[in-house]
Amino acid sequence: MSEHILLPEGSIEKQTTTLNLGPTHPATHGVFQNILELDGERILKATSTVGYIHRAFEKLAERRPLYQITPITDRLNYCSSPINNMGWHITCEKLLDVKLPKRVDYLRIIIMELSRISDHLICNSIVGVDSGAYSGFLYLMQFRELIYEIYEEVCGSRLTTNIGRIGGFERNFTNTAFVKLEKFLATYPKQLKEFETLFNRNRIFMERTIGVGAISAERALNYGFTGPNLRAAGVDYDVRVHTPYSSYQDLEFTIPVGKTGDCYDRFLVRNQEMWQSLSLIEQAYKKVQEFKGAESEVFHADSPAYYLPEKKDVYSKMEALIYHFKIVMGETDIPAGELYSSVEGGNGELGFYLISDGGRTPYRLHFRRPCFIYYQAFPELVQGGMLSDAVITMSSLNLIAGELDA
Amino acid sequence: MPLNNDTIQQILIQKFGDELTDWQEPYEMLTFTAPKEINLKVLQFLYDEPSLNFRFLTDLQAVHYPDKKGQELAVVYHLHNLVDNVRIRFKVFTDIIQPDVFSATALYQSANFMERETYDFFGVNFTGHPNLIRILNVDEMDYFPMRKEFPLEDQTRVDKDDEMFGR
Repeated sequence: MSEHILLPEGSIEKQTTTLNLGPTHPATHGVFQNILELDGERILKATSTVGYIHRAFEKLAERRPLYQITPITDRLNYCSSPINNMGWHITCEKLLDVKLPKRVDYLRIIIMELSRISDHLICNSIVGVDSGAYSGFLYLMQFRELIYEIYEEVCGSRLTTNIGRIGGFERNFTNTAFVKLEKFLATYPKQLKEFETLFNRNRIFMERTIGVGAISAERALNYGFTGPNLRAAGVDYDVRVHTPYSSYQDLEFTIPVGKTGDCYDRFLVRNQEMWQSLSLIEQAYKKVQEFKGAESEVFHADSPAYYLPEKKDVYSKMEALIYHFKIVMGETDIPAGELYSSVEGGNGELGFYLISDGGRTPYRLHFRRPCFIYYQAFPELVQGGMLSDAVITMSSLNLIAGELDA
Repeated sequence: MPLNNDTIQQILIQKFGDELTDWQEPYEMLTFTAPKEINLKVLQFLYDEPSLNFRFLTDLQAVHYPDKKGQELAVVYHLHNLVDNVRIRFKVFTDIIQPDVFSATALYQSANFMERETYDFFGVNFTGHPNLIRILNVDEMDYFPMRKEFPLEDQTRVDKDDEMFGR
């Protein structure tokens, strides 16, 4: 490979070195490979390889009833699995024409924004680790724990959550969940502020990230960037605003945008988005508290054919037993249709392209994984830069192997 | 005038006439079919025409319909006009014996991996793609696993004696 590469003027080494960054390099934070051609420490060429954890999700989905596909979506971007779950539920609800009560929408917003925070928190603190500042990571990580405790209270699991059902949640939020949410809302802003003071104007951090891995808005669009990475390049595209879902239109928030699309802007955009998410959670929580009486107990839509009945009804009522059996065995036919639905995932537009031919399972299901699409730009982003810049670029793009490979 | 599905349809029919067929609007997304020979012309027109301005390739994938003789594979493009916030979807059908479709990589960099993935799973041969090799599956694989002739294993089979998994 190396003989095809022209060495730049003033090359010291007079020959290139091939370096495998990945698949199990600690700096890749996931299983994917980059074959780098180096002149000294400067990158001349990068070749990306993906597919190490390909799990054939799309094939599997063709034999599963809708509710069994939710655990598959967990494993896409596992840093923010609740968003993937909700995105899938929303897709199914559109196909099945299920209308959700407002309270469920707001509860979903709380969960989705919490997971956006946990996603951005990991990404930004890892950028810190990769540029040599470990303490930010240690401080923020405890707050991911608080978020995971809220998930645990709502659905019983932490990382791969399988949270919610088609038509709502599996149970109402307990009081403990709200107490934990309040604790998070009370303590996290202070810590995030401290994190920002550690990094935002830190001379070393700025030198390491400004101008590194930059991409123009035009190139970013051509490469199919979405989410914080696109917004850092200066395009204010956000699915929550462009095609609102789950009652996002009822809440006030702004879309932070960057300018240069480099690692520093991506870092700032993600930090700002965490603040926006916090405000969204507060607004949604306030709206949830406004429901009084019987309305404050609503946690799912009324769609018996797709939403599992309560267990005590299954044991005592014939109708509930029939629905329970039909849903669990996947014996309910889904309406025929063709549908593309997307949500704003942690990394960008997470799309579900679902074709149903009226059977019990999807005829074809395709996941639009934002990571997979913008990872193509990586060679262009790192070319000509230093090896250590490639590592920061990789972590600031927030590449999640689960989302690369589907 | 805001861009809506009707105006898009009119502009496209004006340009391509009855070459574009099968106009539908499932879940409010304008959907149509183009002959596979002009897929690039349609993409380019949608990109260049100032009143259409579809400059973002959201998604590209294929679907296998084994029963449609001569049109077994459909390549589906999802495009997005970010300014007017309109999405459209268009499909080109190709036969499975010689599944050649022109590559969109010259227009969209993002099509590179997506076309490789489509080739990997369905065997659609994108003419003009700079590096059409398998992406998620192993290079030695000699079939296209997402085609419908490869069903998943029957979950009720009993002929397998597997101590580890208890079947």
